[in-house]
Amino acid sequence: MTDSEIIELINRSLINEFELDPGDMTPDTHLVEGLGFDSLDFVDVVVVLQQAFGVTLREEPRVREVRTLGDLHRLVIEKKRELESSKGA
Amino acid sequence: MSLRRTENHISQQRVAVTGLGAVTPFGCGVPTMWQALGEGRSAVRHCPMLAEIEGLRTTVAASVPEVDAQWIGRRKRRYMSKMSIYATIAAHEAMQMAGLTPEQLQDVRAGVCVGSTTGSTIETESLFCNVLKERSIEGMKSTHFFKIMNNSCAANLAQALGVRGRVLAPSAACATGTIAIGLAAESIALGKQDVMICGGADELHVLTVGVFDTLEASSRAYNDRPDLTPRPFDRDRDGIVCGEGAGLVVLESLEHARAREANILGEVCGFAVNSSPEDIANPGSESMVECMLTALEESGCRKEQIGYLSAHATGTIRGDTAECEAVEQVFGDVPVSSLKGHMGHTMAACGALEFIATLLMLHNGVLLPTRNLREPDETCGRLNLLTNIEHRQVEVAMSNNFALGGVNSAVVIRRSICDRQRDN
Repeated sequence: MTDSEIIELINRSLINEFELDPGDMTPDTHLVEGLGFDSLDFVDVVVVLQQAFGVTLREEPRVREVRTLGDLHRLVIEKKRELESSKGA
Repeated sequence: MSLRRTENHISQQRVAVTGLGAVTPFGCGVPTMWQALGEGRSAVRHCPMLAEIEGLRTTVAASVPEVDAQWIGRRKRRYMSKMSIYATIAAHEAMQMAGLTPEQLQDVRAGVCVGSTTGSTIETESLFCNVLKERSIEGMKSTHFFKIMNNSCAANLAQALGVRGRVLAPSAACATGTIAIGLAAESIALGKQDVMICGGADELHVLTVGVFDTLEASSRAYNDRPDLTPRPFDRDRDGIVCGEGAGLVVLESLEHARAREANILGEVCGFAVNSSPEDIANPGSESMVECMLTALEESGCRKEQIGYLSAHATGTIRGDTAECEAVEQVFGDVPVSSLKGHMGHTMAACGALEFIATLLMLHNGVLLPTRNLREPDETCGRLNLLTNIEHRQVEVAMSNNFALGGVNSAVVIRRSICDRQRDN
């Protein structure tokens, strides 16, 4: 899976789950101020992305540092790569 | 506690009905329901979801057609299963009819009393499919529990409306809707609340249908002719047809309704709920009699004043017979019908939907018959079972609901507010 494919799947998953406007899905969009996410939405972001990518995010400390959609893209790409390398090893 | 105003009693407030809302197997809206009932239509259809289940002998149900819920903002809707969505749509209609603004509801004197038979079974299934398969809760979303909890409808409705008063969620299976209206009326009669949005809602799921099938109480003989079942009181009745929907009613203290010059649709003047401890699955006629008599006494009406009785009658062999015995004992030949023949058994919603339909009958001077009643069963006594529309002006009616769990309920409804001392 390429980075752009991962980003596309993240965006599509979030659009479907949270009824978002595709026009708002830019990397600099703030998840709280731009997309209107609250604490419960963040719980479900984790659930949705875990299901979509097979990665574990619940116990991931870096989740707390996510502010923008771009931050989320980068985190999932990193987690996906970590997962792939651990499988490869 | 009584709904009757007396000098010696704690009750000081009379309870006015000012708004009605419905989501039924006929679609959204009270006018949609009323038109379909008036035309004698059936909402019972073949249900593919049921046909897929091995061992389930009934394949018919009364489902609600797809509803538009997008107007309920995602922030509120994310916690709602179908039953809460139905309740919210019906409440919105009831509020509009009552002429209540959202601001008028956002008050500590306004509350909600809405129940369902269970929390959302659809959501429970969704959650546990994953938990049981994966032995993991990693797929559990933050919103799951708010759809599954027993007070899901009441809580979601309170959130959606912004009410700040009581949030009650009675659950009494098929009697839920009537009991919710009765408890809401008591909250107002006691002076605890000025306005209550009340009623019941449910969503169709194989669990409900399967329960009645297991108890040998579901209709099976008409799977190829869904419109011919259920058949309350009929010689050829063979059981319940499950449905879904929501019935919501706005109740207010008479004082509050008059102060804001609301259009008063009627009065809740009597209510009773009791237990039938002999059998958890089949309420006995003796306790039904006691329930109806208690509601009647509380209303301050004589039994001769009850001009129509909306029966619970679901189309089961034993249930219909027991209710008929009880009604005959209390009222003799009062006109009786059951609306289950049109809409199936909408479970927690049926009490409120039948309350609404009964009130509309009183207002329109029309008594609706029982659909599919062709040959009254000889065990259904010598009641005046309506088989055709009857044009008759009726001032006071009673609506019954009896539930699995041995719970009986009855509510007395007046068409208009009148001076009871003079009237009685």
